[in-house]
Amino acid sequence: MQTGYFIAVDEFCANHNIEISFITSLQQTGLIEITTIKETGFIDASQLQQLEKFIRFYYELDINLEGIETIIHLLKRITSLQNEIIALKNRLRLYETNE
Amino acid sequence: MTFVDYYKILGIDKSATPKDIKNAYRKLARKYHPDLNPHDQDAKKNFQQINEANEVLSDPEKRAKYDQYGQEQSSNSHGARYSDTSFEENFSDFFESMFGGSAGSGRSRQVKFRGEDYNAELHLDLIDAYKTHKQKLTVNGKNIRITIPAGIENGQTIKISGYGGPGINGGPNGDLYITFSIANHPKIKRLGNNLYSTVDLDLYTAVLGGEITMDTLNGKVKLKVKAETQNGSKIKLNGKGFPVYKNEGHFGDLYVTYTIKIPINLTDKQKVLFTELSKS
Repeated sequence: MQTGYFIAVDEFCANHNIEISFITSLQQTGLIEITTIKETGFIDASQLQQLEKFIRFYYELDINLEGIETIIHLLKRITSLQNEIIALKNRLRLYETNE
Repeated sequence: MTFVDYYKILGIDKSATPKDIKNAYRKLARKYHPDLNPHDQDAKKNFQQINEANEVLSDPEKRAKYDQYGQEQSSNSHGARYSDTSFEENFSDFFESMFGGSAGSGRSRQVKFRGEDYNAELHLDLIDAYKTHKQKLTVNGKNIRITIPAGIENGQTIKISGYGGPGINGGPNGDLYITFSIANHPKIKRLGNNLYSTVDLDLYTAVLGGEITMDTLNGKVKLKVKAETQNGSKIKLNGKGFPVYKNEGHFGDLYVTYTIKIPINLTDKQKVLFTELSKS
């Protein structure tokens, strides 16, 4: 979901004290999307929360890009399984008796 | 004040090198980091503890001060209280009393980060969830007025942007996630947008047909019962179910199951009539 609010990649990197190459690598692995306008790369604001998470993984936890990809995949699976559990629990309530 | 064993928290001994500390911290941070354990309060507490331990032990000045204090405590061990279980409440108190300020204030990278996300649970009953309504909440001392749309599901989580923890180094606030817990209704069950109810039917109405009135979440409705209705048979009332979330004017269906009640304490005359009926 795009918000239409964009932040320039170089400005973001300067603010967060990170290398532009890190953002480029994230784009190459498909973890984020960069929109290019007049040869300048921009990040849609809807991706910021996720991007900051990647920064924490990479710089604070020393997890490489392959690790980040794996984690994101597994977190998505966890979310999907949690939603399935909620749906199943709600279905079970149909058979619960009220004491 | 309870002494907090930072070495024990990181699982290292007092002779640990800066590299050992860094490795131990990274290993535990990967296990307990809130990003890797969303909505897990225990992991969050553990992460705060290892973060604080790392902050002290990875800084030579703080580590020296801490080690000296630890030695004094062990030489006066009668008065000292060591803790590895009860420090959740006074963990930061211990840190502040030794170093001032709260843990995390000495971050080496002055990076703007959004604040932490808060999680809350809100209990509703099925009738509350049936109608769009406003509710006041107090989260971490802040009063919030939220509108809860009709049709919210049990276990569903909504996000209130900006009502989480304050941002770090001027970053934006985190978000507040509210998970709804909707209690069962004594007579009506819900699955998605459909409602399920059981209605008792006397034998004569079931056999001969008739009209009954039943309670729904939106008042009473009249039902025409067909003659020769079987026990356990179901009817569907279109549009009498639960409102569809964020889709005003749309409702699921209500399924009614009939339970036929056999008459008891029959009189002699009734028994004769039933006998005659059975022979006809």
